Amino acid sequence: MNAAQTAVSEEALAQLHGKSMRRQRRWALWGSYIALTVFTFMFLIPPIYTLTTSLKTSAEISSRQGNPWLVQHPVLDNFIELITDDHFQTFFLNSVKITVVVVILSMVISILAAFALARMRFWGSAALATGVFLTYLVPESLLFIPMFQIVGALGLMNNTWSLVLLYPTLTVPFCTWIMIGYFSSIPKELDEAALIDGATYLQMLVKIFIPVALPGIIAATIFAFTVSWGQFLYPLAFLFSSDQMVLTVGIVTELIRGDVFQWGKIMAGSLMAALPPVIIYAFLMDYYISGLTAGATKG
Amino acid sequence: MAEVSDVPSEFALRTAATAGQVNGLRRLLRRRSTIAFLMTLPLILVIVGLVAWPSVYSIYLSMLNKKMTAFVGIDNFTFLLKRSTFQMVIFQTVFFAVAAVIFKALIGFILAHLMHNIPSKTQRAYRALLLLPWVIPAAMSTLTWWWLFDPSYSAFNWALNVLGAPAVPWLGETWWARFSVILVNVWIGAPFFMIMYLAALKSVPEELYEAAAIDGASAWQKLVHITLPMMRNIISITVLFSLILTFANFDIVRILTNGGPQDQTHLFSTYAFQVGIQSGDIPLGASVSLFMLPLLAVFAYFILSGVNRRTKEVM
Repeated sequence: MNAAQTAVSEEALAQLHGKSMRRQRRWALWGSYIALTVFTFMFLIPPIYTLTTSLKTSAEISSRQGNPWLVQHPVLDNFIELITDDHFQTFFLNSVKITVVVVILSMVISILAAFALARMRFWGSAALATGVFLTYLVPESLLFIPMFQIVGALGLMNNTWSLVLLYPTLTVPFCTWIMIGYFSSIPKELDEAALIDGATYLQMLVKIFIPVALPGIIAATIFAFTVSWGQFLYPLAFLFSSDQMVLTVGIVTELIRGDVFQWGKIMAGSLMAALPPVIIYAFLMDYYISGLTAGATKG
Repeated sequence: MAEVSDVPSEFALRTAATAGQVNGLRRLLRRRSTIAFLMTLPLILVIVGLVAWPSVYSIYLSMLNKKMTAFVGIDNFTFLLKRSTFQMVIFQTVFFAVAAVIFKALIGFILAHLMHNIPSKTQRAYRALLLLPWVIPAAMSTLTWWWLFDPSYSAFNWALNVLGAPAVPWLGETWWARFSVILVNVWIGAPFFMIMYLAALKSVPEELYEAAAIDGASAWQKLVHITLPMMRNIISITVLFSLILTFANFDIVRILTNGGPQDQTHLFSTYAFQVGIQSGDIPLGASVSLFMLPLLAVFAYFILSGVNRRTKEVM
């Protein structure tokens, strides 16, 4: 009887304990949901405000009547005017042109180099890998002054193509770095088998390494794309006429004339300029995030 | 006849094959390093031609006079250090970077923990939305912040007025402007910290927490004795990495304040742009941006040793 009593009370205690644990867990869960929702809302205020302003007419923006966070008469005029604007089209095409060329160039350079660095040990390969990492840490704000002189000496000042020379300094080191990580994680048995079968290094790269490391290649491509698309300092320093301008700087220089700010159009323009990276992110989020974390964790 | 000649020809073929193998092996060894060199050549050209050489050239430029006709040694650096504007730029850059990184790290840490509490299905949706500030090109989102901070149309001030609070001179007064540029930087960078910490949190073995729970450890004890030690490496790498990016930041200050009011929010990068490109004093601009170099070198050293340690741990 005594023993049974203790057994019962112990069971009850365990049940009670389990209940309180479960209650605690549920509180943690709901608390996290509430806090995350508040955080998400705060983080999304600027993008939402970009959208609402882009749908307003200049009259509505300058009237200062009513709630600025809401749109009274949503119109697409800002978008239509920008899309049909010659300058804006030029900026957009220049951005696309430069980004495509830089992405292809960066990926070719970094895939070739990463393969050699990951698999073909040669004199100075370890030093070169460290060098890749160090150049990745050199920011554009350290390089733009000497580059101003170099670009000028090459006669490429105010020429969109100068960016093809400049952007790889930002994309190639990181892309090479994460590609080394992805290539190194491929088991050595695979390339030994290929070598025995008489494959050349190039065949090995094209037929084994690129297909197996495709997730890494996608992650690196996304990185190269977002960096080249969003770069602001280099075009601001090296381009000044609107036929050579790219989107990021063009929106600022074109739509702000002296004290006249066409905020509706500026917001519509910045929304459209932000769209390509956001769309890519929406569809390839997992690759995007694996590229983000690969920088510090090496693949 | 055909049958007789078959044997020697086969023999000849076989010896040729062995000879070819030896020859090929030698050629392979020779070719292997040549191929490797050719494959890395474009990378070497980028590193040496577009990063290393300009860096060295920048040091040379910083030792010239304004017209770039005479060598002046370290005069540009001593001139800068004596100017009160530049002393303020040094202070502001350090203040901006340290304050922004602390807040990014804290908010990122809180967000990562909250995310870790919820099931992974809903985690994806929150993660997708929370990472947006990092995905949008910084120059583009900063334009919206500029509009939100507008002196006469600020939507923040409208909301403050509704709540009965006075309007804030977001970009008009020194400390408010400093607060605003840090706020925007934290908004952009905190999601990056969240992603890094979340990845680290997921790699902490669940058994450790279970063992701690059996021992009756509180949530705080679990954080201090398990989570933080396990995440130490990733935290330090992320913080150092973000310090570099924040020290070198350009877009936010350039768009929001362009250094104003009265040069009080300039960073090394924006000040170098103003002095070097806009005022046309290339050597002085080069000197300004070179002040970043020692700090970057120290951070890079620590990151590199951190990454190497981590790689060894993983292997």
